[in-house]
Amino acid sequence: MSAPSLEIVQESPTGITLRLAGDWRSGGATPGVEQVVNWLETAPLCRRIGFDCRHLTRWDSLFLTFLTRLIRHCADRGITIHDASLPEGVRGLLALASAVPERQDAMRELQSGGLLLTWGRHTLRFIRDFAGLAEFTGETCLAFGRLLLGRARMRAGDLFALIQECGPNALPIISLIALLVGMILAFVGAVQLKLFGAQIYIADLVGLGMAREMGAMMTAILMAGRTGAAFAAELGSMTVNGEIDALRTTGFSPMEFLVLPRILALFLTIPFLCLYADVVGIFGGALVASGLFDISFSEYLVQIQNRLRPIDFEVGIFKCAVFGILVAVAGCMRGLQCQRNATAVGLATTSAVVTGIVFIVISDAVMTLIITALNVFKR
Amino acid sequence: MAYDHFVIQRDINFEVRRGEIFIVMGGSGCGKSTLLRHLIGLKSPAGGRVFFDDKDLWALPARERDTMLLKMGILYQSGALWSSMTLAENIALPLTAHTRLKPAEIGDLVALKLSLVGLAGFGDYYPEEISGGMQKRAALARALALDPEILFFDEPSAGLDPISARRLDELILHLSESLGCTAIIVTHDLASILEIGGNSIFLDAESKTIVARGPPLWLRDHAEHPTVRDFLKRGQPLDASQSSNRP
Repeated sequence: MSAPSLEIVQESPTGITLRLAGDWRSGGATPGVEQVVNWLETAPLCRRIGFDCRHLTRWDSLFLTFLTRLIRHCADRGITIHDASLPEGVRGLLALASAVPERQDAMRELQSGGLLLTWGRHTLRFIRDFAGLAEFTGETCLAFGRLLLGRARMRAGDLFALIQECGPNALPIISLIALLVGMILAFVGAVQLKLFGAQIYIADLVGLGMAREMGAMMTAILMAGRTGAAFAAELGSMTVNGEIDALRTTGFSPMEFLVLPRILALFLTIPFLCLYADVVGIFGGALVASGLFDISFSEYLVQIQNRLRPIDFEVGIFKCAVFGILVAVAGCMRGLQCQRNATAVGLATTSAVVTGIVFIVISDAVMTLIITALNVFKR
Repeated sequence: MAYDHFVIQRDINFEVRRGEIFIVMGGSGCGKSTLLRHLIGLKSPAGGRVFFDDKDLWALPARERDTMLLKMGILYQSGALWSSMTLAENIALPLTAHTRLKPAEIGDLVALKLSLVGLAGFGDYYPEEISGGMQKRAALARALALDPEILFFDEPSAGLDPISARRLDELILHLSESLGCTAIIVTHDLASILEIGGNSIFLDAESKTIVARGPPLWLRDHAEHPTVRDFLKRGQPLDASQSSNRP
């Protein structure tokens, strides 16, 4: 492999020849176009450039970029390029490259980022997000209306499959997390209660904590990470593949055909999951109380029976049903808002989980305030 | 060529000469794209060997095979541009990963490749923002990024209107001639086959092997196998008895 070389030969006061020799491929130290440009600065009379490629052994795209940069420079300075001596392939490619001129109107403007501009963009995005949420909520309500009137088009088989997926298939992870949460609640509480010899109140702490708040909250957060994300990924992939468009053009509303069964499935299954999580959590508390704090299983159960009332469970289950709807809405909304590329599916999934959790926390705060104001737990 | 025990094609034996435009043709489902996957290192054949510069592609250690694959540029049927990257980033990625060029040089090369396919100025666009034909050309620019010795095309004209398909054919022809690289095109697009094909093989789904080989134009007039004859004469008008039912 002979080294690439460039020699500038002045043929006349107005013309030069570039002697190009050797292997002009990537990997070798090919001469830069600056060498010619600098030389041209010292020869203002030069109006013509020719080539001598007799000793040019090999070339690739890097050689072409050398020539295109040189041609561009010469065009700006009114210097004529005589390319007849260039290899035939090179001339063909140069002709091809210049066949379609650069579309100046296609060029993107660089987006500069001042603080005000950034805030403005964030604000606009927030407004767009909010409008999207309002629109989606409205469409969901209309779809539910059609469902109640018996006009919604969805497949019962899809609904049953989704109920299976959202309910029974989620039991193992719900069991694990609820058991651990119950045990942690019992342990953290018991360490403090023991200082006052009041370990028996572990049952109150765990029972009330799980039934009113933690059972519902943990179930909903788990479902946001598990099912809400799955909804977003599935609907996002369908958007990317054009399946949503196909549904629309075939006369099916994605809201009825895809969103309704998902919301219904989660709404119908999550209360049972919540109740199950409450029971498992209370059982976890019993394990810690009996194993570490000398409270018998029966004492614990009697205390639970005396302290907990149906309303405690009912409030938790009601909250969880609301969370379930919100998680499903977040997942489906982000899935249907997905852009048409692979990255967008990932973003939609992440966004579904974050949105779901934000919805859960905000709605929990609102419901807790209302429940407190209504004095629901008054004995 | 097989998927598990289901044999798609057997006794496939052919040679592609450097610099020629070679067509792999046949009806739908005959195994054209599977053959392509064997040739470009994506799927090992159930039996047999694939030679590239006298080296058996599938007998090479994985690393050497990867190096060899860098000599190939592939235009996939759907373009397969990376949707999270702009066109410029799509083309620059192989250059960044497999060369030691400086960013400015890579920028120049990207601009060159885009101008070669008539997309100068579109470097900042994402694939979803341009038309299907432009995506195909951008994918071709990416396939050309590393100055490949062989270009593989999987149904290049699929999904394109006749004018865009013809322009793409012309582009393939010009690039192949100018770069001196070999082009292997898997297609059942008759116009492309007859217009740019220098040599070809015809895969038959029924007999599961090559039933004809030679320049497509020659095969059109001289092929003896009825399927090949029907396939290559598809563009001719139907005879009176067949066309009488048309309004």
